[in-house]
Amino acid sequence: MTGVGALLGKLAGAVSPKATVWQIDPAKCLRCGKCADHCVLEQSAVKCVHAYAICGYCDLCTGYFGPEPTELNTAAENQYCPTAAIQRRFVEDPYYQYAIDETLCIGCAKCVDGCNRYGNGSLFLQVRHDRCVNCNECSIARVCPGDAFVRVPVEQPYLIKTTPTTS
Amino acid sequence: MRRFLNILLGFLLLGSTALAEQRFPPPDFESGYKIPAPTTPFARAEFLQYLDMAALLAALGVSLWLVYRSRSRRGIAALSLCSLAYFGFYRKGCVCAIGSVQNVALAMFDSHYALPLTALVFFLAPLVVALFAGRAFCAAVCPQGAIQDLVLLKPIKVPAWLEHALGLIPSLFLGAGVIFAATGSGFIICRYDPMVPFFRFNGSSLMLGVGAAFLLVGMFVGRPYCRFLCPYGALLRMATAASQWRVRVTPDTCTQCALCQHSCPFGALREPVPAAKSESLRGARKRLTVLLLLLPVWIGLGALGGSKLATAASMVNPTVKLAERYVRSLSGGEKEPLEIQRAEKNPEPVVASALDIRKRFELCGWLFGGWAGLVLGAKFIALSTRRKRSDFEPDPGACYACARCFETCPSERIRRGLMPVELEPTNKE
Repeated sequence: MTGVGALLGKLAGAVSPKATVWQIDPAKCLRCGKCADHCVLEQSAVKCVHAYAICGYCDLCTGYFGPEPTELNTAAENQYCPTAAIQRRFVEDPYYQYAIDETLCIGCAKCVDGCNRYGNGSLFLQVRHDRCVNCNECSIARVCPGDAFVRVPVEQPYLIKTTPTTS
Repeated sequence: MRRFLNILLGFLLLGSTALAEQRFPPPDFESGYKIPAPTTPFARAEFLQYLDMAALLAALGVSLWLVYRSRSRRGIAALSLCSLAYFGFYRKGCVCAIGSVQNVALAMFDSHYALPLTALVFFLAPLVVALFAGRAFCAAVCPQGAIQDLVLLKPIKVPAWLEHALGLIPSLFLGAGVIFAATGSGFIICRYDPMVPFFRFNGSSLMLGVGAAFLLVGMFVGRPYCRFLCPYGALLRMATAASQWRVRVTPDTCTQCALCQHSCPFGALREPVPAAKSESLRGARKRLTVLLLLLPVWIGLGALGGSKLATAASMVNPTVKLAERYVRSLSGGEKEPLEIQRAEKNPEPVVASALDIRKRFELCGWLFGGWAGLVLGAKFIALSTRRKRSDFEPDPGACYACARCFETCPSERIRRGLMPVELEPTNKE
């Protein structure tokens, strides 16, 4: 009986009334692309998010354009994104804004990789909580090569990048 | 052009540490452009977790009332449909009592893991109910049970030997699930839950196939997952051994008419057993002594076998697997995958924690093997003991309190006024 009491005491010590949700730590993300197809949802709950504050608004955006684009325009053959989920919009010379259409984004991290390799790293992946069903064991976390999935408190469910990638 | 040069410069400087803090500084817009903030759609509101807990407790209460007070099969069926809708299709099967076992196990052994209150309540509430009043949770609260109950068409009787043999699996699955959770290797009970893909209308083809197979079999064999796989069911079954209130076919006297005999689709209804004769009792006593003496042997053999499995089982743990692959990559194995590159950057902690986890697995191997031996030995003992039973009544461990048998009982039908009193068998003569 004391054993049961001790176990219950231990449980009471470990229990937390704060609900948590899954999130990707952008510092650990290796942009492998597994988020696109390991989510239990048909359309992955992981989407690309744009931290505009650290974006360079480049004309030649290395997240938007594939290697050696024929022209810097919105033609499909020039784009990295397989679903054309990034909207390129002219702001003022020579700056362009890049916005993610989440209904199209599949979380494949191609743009994230391009942006982090050669740019500021303002594009990064996040679990979107309007979609995530918050599985007990996240099935993407299981296969994540960077071990980047963490549980975060539900009041602050996003890890938005504020400092650019520099290496 | 300036931007292009910047990019070139960026390429050239790649890899050098003396890079400016930002490759492309944010522009100073002159057109009055406001830099937008990224959208952050809300997660499910925190108070809703209390709604889940309240729904669970309310459903348990209603289920108890339906089983013991109103004794209504129709009510149980209606409640199980509600549970299926809420815990199954609305909550997508996540936060469930079956999986909560693993959260609790992980919280016991990993001091860094914060156990969600919801998981603890989902783990404890049905267990406490089972401790006092049987498996009212399985009756109408568990969505996994509800969906199987729903597809049951024409139940066939599973042969006793098969029932007993397959009935060992839940306890073993429970042991494995607890060990993999406690070592932080993953939640295999969630991973191999065959019903959740249906609640989500989505899942791996393997689990969808397994789930479909369970539902197909479930049309003829009542609740196959509950009976032959559910690890939480194994826990509840153990808890019911102490339960005070038991489901009875009729609260009135049993007239031994045997009409309820075939009403249980789950093989939980037990026939009356007359008291044993004294000579057969002596033989039984001897057999029981032998089996009790054999119990430590089973446990020992199991532990020995389990310890042999430990190394193989530890490969389920992602850290151990990574360390293993990393070590292999040192001697000319694959180097390409990203996770190995991550391990290469800082190999010591990965290898150290892998060794630590493997050591824990060695202990767990012994424990799991011993548990398997205990389960087997206890089964033999349970099979060889016979308890005198005067009435037809459900075995509290196996009974899901579905209330199907109630309506087959003539005493119950008379009590409900469904049958005229003069037809009561005892009044016939």
